Amino acid sequence: MTDFLQLLLSGLATGSIYALAALGFTLLWQASGTINFAQGEFVMLPAFAMLACMSFGAPLGIAFVLTVLLAVVVLGWGFKRGVVDPLLRFGMMPIVVATIGLSIAMRNGVRAGFSAEAHPFPNLFADKIFNVAGVTVTLADIGTFALAVAIVLATQAFLSRTVTGRAMQAVAQNTESAQVLGIDVPRMVFYTFAINATLAVAAALLVTPTYLAKFDMGEGLGTKAFFAAIIGGFNNSRGALVGGLIVGVAENLAAAYISPAYKDAVALLIFMLVILFKPQGLLGRKEERKV
Amino acid sequence: MAKTKNTHTRRLLCQALIASCALGAGGAWAQQTIKIANIVELSGGGATAGTNFKNGVELAVKEINASGGILGKKIESTTSDTQSNPGIAKGLTQKAIDDDVFAIFGPVFSGSIMVSMAESRRAEVPNFTGGEAAAITEQGNKYVFRTSFTQATAMPKLARYIDQKMKVKTLAVIYVNNDFGKGGLDSIKKALAATPVKVAAEISTEPGQIDFAAAVLRAKQSNADALFAYSNEEESARLLRELRKQGYAKPIVGETTLTGQKVIDLAGDAANGAIAHVGLTVDAPNPAIRAFRAKFEKEYKYVSDHNGMKGYSGVYLLKAAIEKTGKLDAKAVAQTLHGLKVSATQQPGVLMDVSIDGKGDLDRESFMVEVKNGKQEVIATVPALGAAAAK
Repeated sequence: MTDFLQLLLSGLATGSIYALAALGFTLLWQASGTINFAQGEFVMLPAFAMLACMSFGAPLGIAFVLTVLLAVVVLGWGFKRGVVDPLLRFGMMPIVVATIGLSIAMRNGVRAGFSAEAHPFPNLFADKIFNVAGVTVTLADIGTFALAVAIVLATQAFLSRTVTGRAMQAVAQNTESAQVLGIDVPRMVFYTFAINATLAVAAALLVTPTYLAKFDMGEGLGTKAFFAAIIGGFNNSRGALVGGLIVGVAENLAAAYISPAYKDAVALLIFMLVILFKPQGLLGRKEERKV
Repeated sequence: MAKTKNTHTRRLLCQALIASCALGAGGAWAQQTIKIANIVELSGGGATAGTNFKNGVELAVKEINASGGILGKKIESTTSDTQSNPGIAKGLTQKAIDDDVFAIFGPVFSGSIMVSMAESRRAEVPNFTGGEAAAITEQGNKYVFRTSFTQATAMPKLARYIDQKMKVKTLAVIYVNNDFGKGGLDSIKKALAATPVKVAAEISTEPGQIDFAAAVLRAKQSNADALFAYSNEEESARLLRELRKQGYAKPIVGETTLTGQKVIDLAGDAANGAIAHVGLTVDAPNPAIRAFRAKFEKEYKYVSDHNGMKGYSGVYLLKAAIEKTGKLDAKAVAQTLHGLKVSATQQPGVLMDVSIDGKGDLDRESFMVEVKNGKQEVIATVPALGAAAAK
């Protein structure tokens, strides 16, 4: 039983990070009907930006704030203006292809600049271990889990409780009506991209100490987050959290009780089952998209 | 003054080269200097290893030339970059052979030498490599020579240490499920079969694995006296962190990679206490190695890694073989290298007493190191396999 709990806890910490990246998927989908296959690289890039800031002597906190600002400009505004806006009118496929291309470019760009080797990344949480009923828990695990869940719930609250958040949702549901009601549609869409970029930086902060900063760290993360978003429901922010946690925990259990070789297959299996039997995702709602 | 003299010599050499080429007497000219080619990874994934190896070779060449060369002939070395790409390494090896070199140093990557050594074999040119994959010397190639251990030579030494010095009865093994990891698992199991140590659990992990919670849990459940961890650098670092996280209190043993500086950097405090067998380390308590370390640091302004030692000692191995053969005949020198024993007292450049077997594998002393405060420290010297067997 303690073994199971140990695996569960460890899985929850990993899963909460998948959830953060998955939330980005669902947000962009809701706001602009786009799928960003460079989501993993959107996490990788800030990790290196923070490392770069720290190499100039900035402490982790300041590096984080600087990187958030940079990410909002580059991964938010720049991505929207440079990739999504010009391509959106041709439908979703060109954007999907463009983001796949973007992810390759980002990976290789970072590899050229920072070498193909992994770089250590400082841990946000102190190296503390607790022993509760035979289960060893680290402060890092608990902290990561708590912080990620808090960020997901805060984003959710922002979207449903604030005027801006509701305006963003209105734009997502029906752009024309929102415009008629006097909502600044482009600005709301930009907010979504900015939030996505910020989430990516937060995910980078939490995930990099374990993943290590490496040019291809986003590859697996992006795929897992995509699965998590589909499993939880692509049009529900809370679904991203549920999906992420399911994938994280299932992976760890599979590695221990089946074989580590099938670890990655588990997420894919759940993904296929969900697509077959509940295509809108566990928490998602059926939607008819405007054509 | 020395510099002008040097340029002067070089100019003379160039003139000699042009003259001899013009006369079509390349063969005759080849006797004037000993040409060696450095074919190493200077960019790409192997850049660190390749650069160290190259610097080691060049340092040895400089020293040998300063002390009069080999059989009175100076060594002339050229360097080219494989970009860590086996295809390019093969092409460069071919090119070096076309240039009529006497010996080739590199590549360091096993994947590259496996491909490029077919060329040096065909041309019957001795080829020294830093590669450590067991398969390199398993193919009956009479012209490939190692500058370091393989899994097959390192594991019996490690197994002996685990049994006799650590007094371990049962051992859990965590390995990475690729050629490197599976080769290591097979070698350690084979080596442990000669000792009373039992393998309590074989735990497989995936290349690129992030979360080692399940693997560590299984190691703990196996209740083994110690853990043998055999994986690549990043995975080793993550594994060490997870072991620390789950409070694993038993000894953690590995081979070379586990206590490498890269793993220590990535794993941080979690690396402290890990023990590993290393074939070569600049921290070794050995006067020849100390001297090498100082000379290397003076020349290149940084501390060499084990690849620098491989390149450096490799050139001196060649020197010893040529001197023993007594003539500049690449084929005869390759024959001499098989079965050659070099003592470090007579030839300090080989750093340690070393013997080469009929396959091109070498045997010599090695070291056990422990990570203390983020640094490797040598805790024991392991005798050469041959020496230990003789006892």
